[in-house]
Amino acid sequence: MPTPAADLEKLKADLAAEIATAGDADAIEKIRVAALGRKGTVTELMKTLGALSPDERRGRGAALNALKDEVAAAIEARAAAIGGAALDRKLASESVDVTLPARPERAGCIHPVSQTIDEVVAILGDIGFTLAEGPDIEDDWYNFTALNIPPDHPARQEHDTFYLPGERSSPGGPARVVLRTHTSPVQIRAMMRAKPPFRIIVPGRTYRCDSDMTHSPMFHQVEGLVIDEATHMGHLKSCLIEFCRAYFGIENLPVRFRASYFPFTEPSAEVDIGCTRADGTLRIGSGDGRARVARDAHDDWLEILGCGMVNPKVLANCGIDPARYQGFAFGMGIERIAMLKYGIPDLRTFYESDLRWLRHYGFAALAQPSLTGGLAP
Amino acid sequence: MKLTLAWLKEHLETSASIDDLAQALTRIGLEVEDVHDPALAFKDFVVARVVTAAPHPNADRLKVCMVDTGRETIQVVCGAANARAGLIGVFAPAGSFVPGTAVQLKKTAIRGVESNGMLLSERELGLSEAHEGIVELAGAPTLGAPAAQALGRADPVIEIAITPNRGDCLGVRGIARDLAAAGLGRLKPLASKPVPGAYPSPIGVELEFPEAARAACPYFVGRHVRGLKNGESPDWLKKCLDAIGLRPISALVDITNFITCDLARPLHVFDSGQISGSIRARLARAGETLAALNGKTYALDGEMTVIADDRAALGLGGVIGGESSGATAATTEVFVESAWFDPARTAATGRKLGILSDARYRFERGVDPALVKDGIEIATRLILDLCGGEPSEIVVAGAAPAWRRTIVFRPERVRTLAGLDLAPAEIERILAALGFQVAREGHTLAVMPPSWRPDIAGEACLVEEVARIHGYDKIPAVPLPRASYLPRPALNEEQRRRGVARRALAGRGLVEAVTFSFLPAAQAALFGGGQDSLRLVNPISADLDSMRPSLLPNLIAAWARNAARGVADAALFEVGPQYAGAAPEDQSHTAAGIRAGAVAERSWAAPPRPVDAFDAKADALGLLALLEIPAERLQTFPAAPAWYHPGRSGVLGFGPKATLAAFGEIDPRVLKALDVKGPVVGFEVFLDAIPGPKEGRGSARSLLKLSPFQPLSRDFAFVADAGVAAESLVRAALAADKKLIVEAFVFDVFSGTGLPAGKKSVAIGVVLQPTERTLTDAEIAEVEGRIVAAVGRATGATLRA
Repeated sequence: MPTPAADLEKLKADLAAEIATAGDADAIEKIRVAALGRKGTVTELMKTLGALSPDERRGRGAALNALKDEVAAAIEARAAAIGGAALDRKLASESVDVTLPARPERAGCIHPVSQTIDEVVAILGDIGFTLAEGPDIEDDWYNFTALNIPPDHPARQEHDTFYLPGERSSPGGPARVVLRTHTSPVQIRAMMRAKPPFRIIVPGRTYRCDSDMTHSPMFHQVEGLVIDEATHMGHLKSCLIEFCRAYFGIENLPVRFRASYFPFTEPSAEVDIGCTRADGTLRIGSGDGRARVARDAHDDWLEILGCGMVNPKVLANCGIDPARYQGFAFGMGIERIAMLKYGIPDLRTFYESDLRWLRHYGFAALAQPSLTGGLAP
Repeated sequence: MKLTLAWLKEHLETSASIDDLAQALTRIGLEVEDVHDPALAFKDFVVARVVTAAPHPNADRLKVCMVDTGRETIQVVCGAANARAGLIGVFAPAGSFVPGTAVQLKKTAIRGVESNGMLLSERELGLSEAHEGIVELAGAPTLGAPAAQALGRADPVIEIAITPNRGDCLGVRGIARDLAAAGLGRLKPLASKPVPGAYPSPIGVELEFPEAARAACPYFVGRHVRGLKNGESPDWLKKCLDAIGLRPISALVDITNFITCDLARPLHVFDSGQISGSIRARLARAGETLAALNGKTYALDGEMTVIADDRAALGLGGVIGGESSGATAATTEVFVESAWFDPARTAATGRKLGILSDARYRFERGVDPALVKDGIEIATRLILDLCGGEPSEIVVAGAAPAWRRTIVFRPERVRTLAGLDLAPAEIERILAALGFQVAREGHTLAVMPPSWRPDIAGEACLVEEVARIHGYDKIPAVPLPRASYLPRPALNEEQRRRGVARRALAGRGLVEAVTFSFLPAAQAALFGGGQDSLRLVNPISADLDSMRPSLLPNLIAAWARNAARGVADAALFEVGPQYAGAAPEDQSHTAAGIRAGAVAERSWAAPPRPVDAFDAKADALGLLALLEIPAERLQTFPAAPAWYHPGRSGVLGFGPKATLAAFGEIDPRVLKALDVKGPVVGFEVFLDAIPGPKEGRGSARSLLKLSPFQPLSRDFAFVADAGVAAESLVRAALAADKKLIVEAFVFDVFSGTGLPAGKKSVAIGVVLQPTERTLTDAEIAEVEGRIVAAVGRATGATLRA
């Protein structure tokens, strides 16, 4: 009698060969039905166990169960292999060209004027300045007279003033309506509204009827005012040196104070920073664009802002006792310092709203300048 | 203000270099704008002598010269007719640049003969058009010496920007005085000895002003000079004027111009042969005219000061002289005027007539009242020197305006105001050097400013004088003390919001523009503005004459300019002021934006979609959300301003009156008027209308309660009249059970097929959030019923069958 398992070994080998060659899910299912189905070969063999003696049945049964498990496992493994390959093929067939552009989104940006004002506010905010504001449409008392520029003062002629019709009542009597020629009238409004001490900055639109390569009928200034009982020119110097160096990001940028004249300050000064001119280009400091520290070698000075100790007459005009209070004021052009820092050549282009210009000179939406995050991202 | 170094040295004894002087001037407040050294153009040229001049072997008109350059004798081929042995001229060696012909010289051979440079003509030097021959230098200049010296072109010209307070520095002497005070030399004394008169002046002077206008010309000094000859000025005077850009005219005119620039003392010389009767200073009469020296005729008014004779106006006091009485070549007797004119009136007159003369420039800044009489003496002396003649006694009307005043000066103010610790003696030295009279009075100084400094008004002015002369660079920088260690925001809430608006809109893909605050009146009118009170009286051009009532028109115009360059679509915004009127409270801050063309760039992924009102609504709502106004709190009302499409626009607000924003398509009629291609949609968020955070709430948030139960969604399809606002269905649904219903939204809208005319289908989704237990089917059905009923009550909509 052949060993009881010999026929089973052969069946196992035959089935294994069949399973190994099954090419797809249908073929493997046919094998499963043929072997393990209700009338499958293995199932039929299981049915023969009942005719055997208990001893024979024990040995044959164990062998048959083992065979059944092995065949089932082999079929499952093969089915999984076939399925994986099919999925691979399916996924492969689903591939897309990932080099295609993403769905379009618009990228916005921030205008250099806004960015520059934010930088100035970040630096001076840290020195304790807060923002103050006033109207663009002023009257000539706030814009001139209160600032110690009486009607026939030559300085008034230097401010090519835009006028609006009529007069309005102002602290100094009826006054002509003008577009403010500088942000200084906000000093007056701030000082008339509250009591010292003051430490304010005033960024805003200003207007002069003049237009060429270096003049625009509208431009922006930022004004600063410090009033208390003991602030002197030494404080003025420290504040503005710190500002210039922080704004341009140059550790020991040369900063020079020289005497000048403004009706609303006494003493008055203009502030120059060291610069280098080479091959028709101007660089701030020593001219090495990467240097955070200026070399001593700058070869020229560039005027950057005007400042001075607030004229006692201006304080008195605002009802502040000049015998007790004193302080300094300064003002500078936003576009001018933006042009210098960012190398923008023509003032007029700031207002043309040419999208190519706005995108080129603009700043990313979230590039908010701060002392912790960096001023010039 | 221009002057030359040599001219400066007429007043200042100094050994300082031009560079040192220029730096000092800038430091003390006399800002040097330019130093032009004419010698620079001649720096390679030297004085040389022609030793021999022989005919050129190969050319009739050329000569072969041996030239002694002081260092060597070299061969030069020269074509000038006057080239001859013994001539001393200007030699340009090979390698130098000839300015007049812009030629770089090279060693060369001319017709076979070597030439090592050039002897120059005036044209080649750039001095004149003269090219008849080479320059012949007079006298016996040293061979090899710089040619600039020998040509009299070695005097550097300094140009200074004089601030309006320093009328005294509109004369060379004032500048010299400041330099001397700053330690750059010694101020030479001014020679102003009176010239004795030989006869009484035949012409008298009268001041004929009404009482109220006495200040117009309080002081007038005159003198007659006879028997003079008005010829060409001597070289020194012509060179002085030439160097500072004034054209020499005749000795008499040149003398007045010279004294104007030398001492800031304008004078006038009348041809006394043309004067009838006396000289009278008075206000102009109605209808009076003046034919001025500049060839123009001016109509005068009663506010202007004229100098007249018995018949008519001869000149405008302090501004310009008249044609009829000006000195000419034929003039043999003159009347010289030295007067003092009121700065304000002079400025007003000059401004009204548009005359900017050297005299006006000085009088309106204040001419030294103590130099009126000296001025005439100095002028007389020059006239006698240059033109001969005989002077009369001087005639005087009025008196110098009072200028003496004393300022009590606490010397410690230099420390407390300027931050400069100076010894009192140094403070006194500086003031004295500037001409101030200083007397000690206990701990203070009694300081009398000099007659030429009307600008000095008080202690602060004296501190400035001391500080600027000592040097601002010597003030030690002192950090401002910190006011507080609490972080104090630099921005208030409104300012912070404007910053958020900018960054939010840029983040939404819009590009920030900064546009002018003005625009053409016609465009302003389209956006609710253009009223007369906001029209500029003197606009820079007609299309920039009205203050903007809205930010949109300038943004639309910006889009149009970009479109004209071929840009297909754009998204622009601006955050800035707009003006409802001229009063301060009429200015408000708005964030406005436009989108034009397609929503996004052309793409393979989706067909292009033109912008519509909902893009603008999304911008407005997106911005408001970032400004902490969530969309749920806002209602939409179909009542946008007139510049929006009447059927495709709306306003957003807490109620019909409390609007925060407007949005929609721009009215096509407005676009047509602006000559702009549509569609353009826009929005305006009125930042000043946004309520600030409630005070006193503290930083803590309300406690968050999270439900453990799943939310469930129910969808409803309603049929409503076409005119019913979708938002009213949503609001009604939300109100049906305020506790249970947490969200309601429109997810489908259609009309047409399957619906009666005038009806539309609006499908809304509602989210129920149980908080205590899972809802039963009966409870859910009950809520559904309430929703349908509430929507039906509010809008008349019914559930679709």
